Amino acid sequence: MPTDAYFHLREHRATCAAAALFVLLFAVYIAKHQVGWTVPVLTTASNKAVLLAIVAMAQTLPVLTGGIDLSVGMVFVLANCLASHLVVGTPMEAAFGVVVVLAAGALCGFVNGAIIVYGRLQPIITTLATGIVYFGFSLGLRPVPGGDVQAGLADALTGTLPGGIPAMLVVLLAVVGLVWLPYRRSVLGRAALAIGSSEAATYMSGVAIGRTKIVTYTVAGLLAAIGGLLLTFVTFSGEASAAIGGVYTLNSIAAVVIGGTVLSGGAGSAIGSIFGAFALRTIGDLLFVFDLEPLWQPLFQGVILLVAVSVGSLRLLKLDNRLDLFR
Amino acid sequence: MDPILQLVNISKRYGGVRALERAQFAVAPGRIHALLGENGAGKSTLIKVMTGVVQPDEGRIVLAGTERRFAHPQEAVSAGIACIFQELSLMPDLSVADNICITSPPTRFGLIDRKAQRRIAEAALARAGAEDIHPLAPVASLTLSRRQMVEIAKALAREPKILILDEATSALTAADVGRVFALLKRLRSEGMAIVYISHRMNEIKELADDCSVFRNGSHVATFAAGTQSDAQTVEMMIGRDIAHAFPPKPAPRSDAGTPALETRGLSWNDRLHGIDIAVRPGEIVGLGGLDGQGQRELFLALFGVLKGVSGEVRLGGKPVSVRNPKHAKCSEIGIALVPEDRKTDGLMLPMSVNDNLSFAALDRLSRAGTVLAAAEGTAVAEMVRRLSIKVSDTGVAVGTLSGGNQQKVVIGKWLMNAPRILLLSDPTRGIDVGTKQEIYALLRKLADEGAAVMLYSTDYAELIGCCDRVAVFFDGRIVRWLAGADLTERALVSSALNLETEAA
Repeated sequence: MPTDAYFHLREHRATCAAAALFVLLFAVYIAKHQVGWTVPVLTTASNKAVLLAIVAMAQTLPVLTGGIDLSVGMVFVLANCLASHLVVGTPMEAAFGVVVVLAAGALCGFVNGAIIVYGRLQPIITTLATGIVYFGFSLGLRPVPGGDVQAGLADALTGTLPGGIPAMLVVLLAVVGLVWLPYRRSVLGRAALAIGSSEAATYMSGVAIGRTKIVTYTVAGLLAAIGGLLLTFVTFSGEASAAIGGVYTLNSIAAVVIGGTVLSGGAGSAIGSIFGAFALRTIGDLLFVFDLEPLWQPLFQGVILLVAVSVGSLRLLKLDNRLDLFR
Repeated sequence: MDPILQLVNISKRYGGVRALERAQFAVAPGRIHALLGENGAGKSTLIKVMTGVVQPDEGRIVLAGTERRFAHPQEAVSAGIACIFQELSLMPDLSVADNICITSPPTRFGLIDRKAQRRIAEAALARAGAEDIHPLAPVASLTLSRRQMVEIAKALAREPKILILDEATSALTAADVGRVFALLKRLRSEGMAIVYISHRMNEIKELADDCSVFRNGSHVATFAAGTQSDAQTVEMMIGRDIAHAFPPKPAPRSDAGTPALETRGLSWNDRLHGIDIAVRPGEIVGLGGLDGQGQRELFLALFGVLKGVSGEVRLGGKPVSVRNPKHAKCSEIGIALVPEDRKTDGLMLPMSVNDNLSFAALDRLSRAGTVLAAAEGTAVAEMVRRLSIKVSDTGVAVGTLSGGNQQKVVIGKWLMNAPRILLLSDPTRGIDVGTKQEIYALLRKLADEGAAVMLYSTDYAELIGCCDRVAVFFDGRIVRWLAGADLTERALVSSALNLETEAA
């Protein structure tokens, strides 16, 4: 009989593969970079990567239940616009602003979940529609880019800790420890995976499906808002940009897939999505250090993305029983 | 003893269709109560009422003296009613332990306590007699029989007072059936009330204390086990007398003539080893043995689904290599496979009876890529009539039909191609007696018309009654051929277990 270690490894192999991919890409990037492994380079890289990583975590939760959230990018933008109004002034005022921004994100997610559960609508079309609504709010809040953010907080979170560790990475770790791990190990997170694996079997097991989905989308909204808040600390302004929202939504889905979460749900991890997001960001940076003609960048980015997601499908070539392709 | 659960005058309608009409049922602690009836008799609906999956339109549910309503499966579970469903209620991507503890996992500080969960899972598996299953293994990696054992362990982990088994043994291997029977007898002696549904009369004879028969949604009779003969019971179930379950076999013919299908040294991975098998036109060859000994793989290999198959396949004496199912069904080859899982591999459930029936034969029913609606309609109507598929309109979704009629659609879908070689994988699993008989008669008729039929079945009676010869599989090899007077239940069982058999 196989050992426990075998089953643990088997459970986490997709996450390990995503981590390995990122390490490989990042090693090439650092080796080719003019300055290389220095504190400013690492800080800049992590500031950009953590934003996508957190949005990708947000995307992971609905995907695990077999759904999808096309509004994560728009909640991200909405949180950014809201923060550029509210997270200002004295530290107390700014702290209050942070709470309001996060609550607003969670509310957006809750609305998504409630419509999906009680309206019995498909997640893909529900979140496409609500995403547009949330973008409408963003435009109302910031018709033109602008605003400000509490500088002390921003400097602390986007700077460097003693020892050269980017503060943003610590923020990411905190989000993983405070949001993802408790969710994953709770009864609710277990139920979410069960729904993605087989919704009918979950129902027959006497598990509350509606509540699980609503909480899942709510946590996704909360995570997207955390991302939007951090964006404000990086850019020191708010901007209602449909392009940013769209790009983050699509990249979050790509990061989830690179991270080894299957789009049909049931298996995967937000940790994998983090490495997926890191890898995706590094791909963009690689083209920069290799001095590629900017015109060619999207083409190469697309090709590399295709190759990256194909790696996970390599095992399909080994299948002896073609029926397993459809399982 | 007083019943712990009582259903009084339960009625349930789906649209205009009556599923239950003033049904009565009661089960007492320390008793095994068998629920009998053809498919469509209302047994499934009755169970769904007991487990809170559907709400009755009328009637009362009395649990331990108090009237209850279960609005959700959760409420029935917490009231101590656990059901082992025929359609598995397992989440394939989760581990065995996760599945067993899904309903109410042990928690510490609000998080799932994995160590405690593992202890519960190990205890439940041990209680079900399946301690060889690793609690961390993903359910998807287990065989059907092992999954069913996990399902049973899952129900036991909830410490139920009432346990319902709906065709729970139909997917089990003989060894696992033995374990489950021992378990059920132990649970009965511990005072559990058990509701047992099965189409296998010998199982009911061995286990049941009481029997209730349902027909057309109504309760027909309840009697103590052993007070009615098999024939009487079957008569109650179908409301008519069944003289002979199996059609008569033709006299054994000589081995002369070219086989329609012949394999020589067929091997695949470590699952099939040197299979030599030959089927002549007009013959029904059975595949026997325990579940999962390579019978299914042989069918998949012949149908072109497996990669890396070695050995030789000859059709009508000529060697061929079947590339894929599309190639297998073309008129030069003419192989049809009725897969074992009709819901996933056999049918497109939301699509209509018409579309399912014509789907494999669309090549013949179309011109320049357009389906010839008139030809399709004629062919479908002809098949519905030929197999007497009970359907008011061929436009309805095939998922709404009863199990027996669904299976007829799967078979009919392949008969549309007029195959020369018909492979059937457990075609009567979970099907009522009447439909079973129709399928047996159909197979014999097809053979008489010149088709070569291979039938894999987990039901020994079926192999004995239906097949001219039976190849017994063990560990990917054919260990014994049985035919004529040697083809007995005893010989099948002993060679299935690969025991040294006495000289025939």
